Amino acid sequence: MEEDVRLMKGNEAIAHAAIRYGADGYFGYPITPQSEILETLEAEMPWETTGMVVLQAESEVAAINMVYAGAACGKAVFTSSSSPGVSLKQEGISYIAAGELPALIVNVMRGGPGLGTIHPSQADYFQATKGGGHGDYHLIVLAPSSVQEMADFVGLGFDLAFKYRTPAMILADGIVGQMMEKVVLPPQRPRRTDEEIAAQCPWAITGRPATRKPNVMTTLELDSYQMERNNERFQRTYRLIEQNEVRYQEYYTDDAEYLIVAFGSIARICLKSIEEARKNGVKIGLLRPITLWPFAYDRIAELSKQVKGMQCVELNAGQMIEDVRLAVEGRVPVTHFGRLGGIVPNPNEVLESFYSQFPTAKK
Amino acid sequence: MTAEEIIKPENKVYAKPDLLNDNHMHYCPGCSHGVVHRLIAEIVEEMGIADKTIGIAPVGCAVFAYKYVDIDWIEAAHGRAPAIATAVKRLNPSRMVFTYQGDGDLAAIGTCETIHAANRGENIAIIFINNGIYGMTGGQMAPTTLEGMKTSTTPYGRRIDLNGYPLKISDLLVQLDGTCYVTRQAVHTPAAVRKTKAAIKQAFLNSMEGRGTSLVEIVSTCNSGWKMSPVESNKWMEENMFAKYPLGDLKNTVKK
Repeated sequence: MEEDVRLMKGNEAIAHAAIRYGADGYFGYPITPQSEILETLEAEMPWETTGMVVLQAESEVAAINMVYAGAACGKAVFTSSSSPGVSLKQEGISYIAAGELPALIVNVMRGGPGLGTIHPSQADYFQATKGGGHGDYHLIVLAPSSVQEMADFVGLGFDLAFKYRTPAMILADGIVGQMMEKVVLPPQRPRRTDEEIAAQCPWAITGRPATRKPNVMTTLELDSYQMERNNERFQRTYRLIEQNEVRYQEYYTDDAEYLIVAFGSIARICLKSIEEARKNGVKIGLLRPITLWPFAYDRIAELSKQVKGMQCVELNAGQMIEDVRLAVEGRVPVTHFGRLGGIVPNPNEVLESFYSQFPTAKK
Repeated sequence: MTAEEIIKPENKVYAKPDLLNDNHMHYCPGCSHGVVHRLIAEIVEEMGIADKTIGIAPVGCAVFAYKYVDIDWIEAAHGRAPAIATAVKRLNPSRMVFTYQGDGDLAAIGTCETIHAANRGENIAIIFINNGIYGMTGGQMAPTTLEGMKTSTTPYGRRIDLNGYPLKISDLLVQLDGTCYVTRQAVHTPAAVRKTKAAIKQAFLNSMEGRGTSLVEIVSTCNSGWKMSPVESNKWMEENMFAKYPLGDLKNTVKK
């Protein structure tokens, strides 16, 4: 398959991008608003073309353990779910992190807590960026704001996961999952051969040839001193990721007197608000974190020396704002505007909230 | 014959399989795990499939199975071994994939994964050690604990009104169309060990040949948890465990 321009939902783009990336397997369980990922993969039947395995598992718990298993075999495997289902996966994600295994997890967030709603939300920011499961670990967290990024972040997520041997997550919200946009799909890449996997992942569980010692994938270590050394190794990887992989996008920050920080679909709504404000000479800029972990602390710290105030706009009660405040260190006021439970604000609401919190900004 | 003559190579009738390494096993004296580990090592060696074998270790006493048998292993989270084996086999169809699980792992926390892997007819072998107790955590009640049996969480004996009935999970799996071979064996006598070896070998062949899910339940002792000597444990198992969990093939769809 060549590069292709198509119109489709974000969820469908993830499925197509995974096949074209040369993914080896997908294991998932239906949950709204992301079931199109599993449905598209089943309809595409990639086992007939690339040899990719697709399986509807009996639960999110089984699915994430299947991903742990596939990753242990050196395969490029992924799963997807939405908030309540991702909570169920947390134990398995902790194991994948502890096993230093590359894997991709997609969370198309809906409103919580509990069973919550099926409508868009960003309330899983804490869960995604601060660990989520037990133990000291991080995921590389990518936040797409368009259908194109839903497709692009599949490849990026796998590449980063394999580069650092750590799980990566695409943290999308129900809007990017469900909305349709134009998307450029990459050309088909072949799946790696067994020989290529053995060369790239000498630790992979493949069945033991007589020429090597057994490979064992375990996260158990009863010697606390060794477990501390293991943790120190994980932390070294995380420091390296923080150094190399911070990603964000800026709009109108050159002359900005105020800054809005927003990620995912809501960042696009904020951009509209900012463009409206600029028509009246109100100089607001936008910083859109693309990686939520590692987070753009340094750039936000720099901007805090330039602007008079910042507003975080999130589809939650105020989660990313904690990281923004850590970066700002009290230099300027940082306020929050959010809608909860699946409600998405329009550009006017964002702007009204901004003016109510920064009344002197209004010209 | 002198001792020197007896130990000549040509007189050798039995040896420890090479795949069973020299690490000291952590199992209690009298425990069935060591015997079953040795059988697995023997069978994999005899079938010449070490390079094609992937084992899934459980959480429970056999959590360190990978320390003793020199094949590739994945250590599972508690109960998830059949899900892990599912993915390993589907992603590596030419491999022989087996799980090694205890009664708590397979029949309590992992019941969902066990039933669904078997119902899909995954081409995996499940080795199921049923000793009616949680060994590693210190002797708590298992789903297979017999009525009246004392454990640390049923200190006055398992009561049906409080704890429900002992779970005959192998009998449940017989009902599923995805299973091709379900058998219940033991390793308390040389004859039983030979039968169990044949059963495990059959299960491994079924995985290689893609015939569906095989389950080999091995009714076992836990003399530490049962607070009996190994000899007393074997006797108690024969008199009580075998009455609830009778030995023999429960299902075999493979034509001989």
